[in-house]
Amino acid sequence: MHEFGIMEAALETAAQKTRAAGATQIHRLKLRVGKLSGVVPEALQFAFDALKDKSLAAQAVLEIEEVPAVCWCADCAAEFETADLKYECPRCHQPSGDLRRGKQMELASLEIS
Amino acid sequence: MCQECGCSQPGPYQVGDRKIDAHTHTLPDGTVITHSHHDHGPSHAHGHEHHHHGHAHHILNLNTGILNANDRAAEQNRGAFKALNLLVLNVVSSPGAGKTTLLTKTLNELKGRLRCAVIVGDLATDNDAARLRTTGAPVVQIATGTLCHLEAGMVAEAVKQLDLRALDLLIIENVGNLVCPASFDLGEAVRVVLHSVTEGEDKPLKYPPMFHSADVVGVTKTDMATAADFDRELALKNIRQASPRAKIFEFSARTGDGIQAWCAYLVALKTAGR
Repeated sequence: MHEFGIMEAALETAAQKTRAAGATQIHRLKLRVGKLSGVVPEALQFAFDALKDKSLAAQAVLEIEEVPAVCWCADCAAEFETADLKYECPRCHQPSGDLRRGKQMELASLEIS
Repeated sequence: MCQECGCSQPGPYQVGDRKIDAHTHTLPDGTVITHSHHDHGPSHAHGHEHHHHGHAHHILNLNTGILNANDRAAEQNRGAFKALNLLVLNVVSSPGAGKTTLLTKTLNELKGRLRCAVIVGDLATDNDAARLRTTGAPVVQIATGTLCHLEAGMVAEAVKQLDLRALDLLIIENVGNLVCPASFDLGEAVRVVLHSVTEGEDKPLKYPPMFHSADVVGVTKTDMATAADFDRELALKNIRQASPRAKIFEFSARTGDGIQAWCAYLVALKTAGR
């Protein structure tokens, strides 16, 4: 359940940015979460619901954008999206350890006033 | 860049003897806002006074990493370890896969070859630390309380209790968990993911983030493979699929099988200066 700690960190950064922009309320909080980030969107939502009341985001909507895991196949010189997280190039069927996207955990944007 | 509101305008500057501490923003609807940085506070909101309706919502595009703080701490650790030419492993597995037993064997086998220390994380008790101390190596226990993983800052604190200059190899035994520790870089050079034959062949497919991040995957308790009906070929195929970068080891800490090859690998890594 490290989603709680992650959500706490996200809300803290969001509060700092909101105050720095001179605003007092967060209306929408958008996170971007890679398929290989190790966090589960449902658990993030659960953590958000439990933590938001004590934050500037008490009235906010949480939006989570999931980013697929994309690997680079050196033989084909092309990217491919991993199906079932198996890291196998659909063209040449070689496995690839070169992950290009899908591990990120980002605070994408805030809607504030 | 303005540190207060994050816009790409310069901070305060001076023209002649006049101090200028204001800049302008253009809102999406074309409204131009000028504000001074002295005004920042709860009463000041970009666009409030200037917009048609009183409570204009404002979009802040941030795109900042949520675990930036941990990642920065991990990079600091990594830099410090590199400067000391210290090889650091982060060992993860599910609870009961045999981390402590393997490490105890490893420490004994490496005696006289590498100077080792261990940092061990658990929610509670120092039972594992006590087992590891029987090898004579210095051991620091981190009791995480309720936290399901170690973080880079905890490691930075724990290494203060060790004389890093007198070490060749630092092994971090993470909390038994195949999910959360995947997200928390500790600054290690090598991430070792263990999985025991009693856990079945499809463990790597069930925990993709952890296995994909592995530099080494170790199959433990191989002496129990027959009893557990373990399909070795299938397991190795799954590991290669989930962990394409990883070097694979198979060991039995009980019989000692595979321990020498593993220790030779660690000595070679250390000699190569990783």
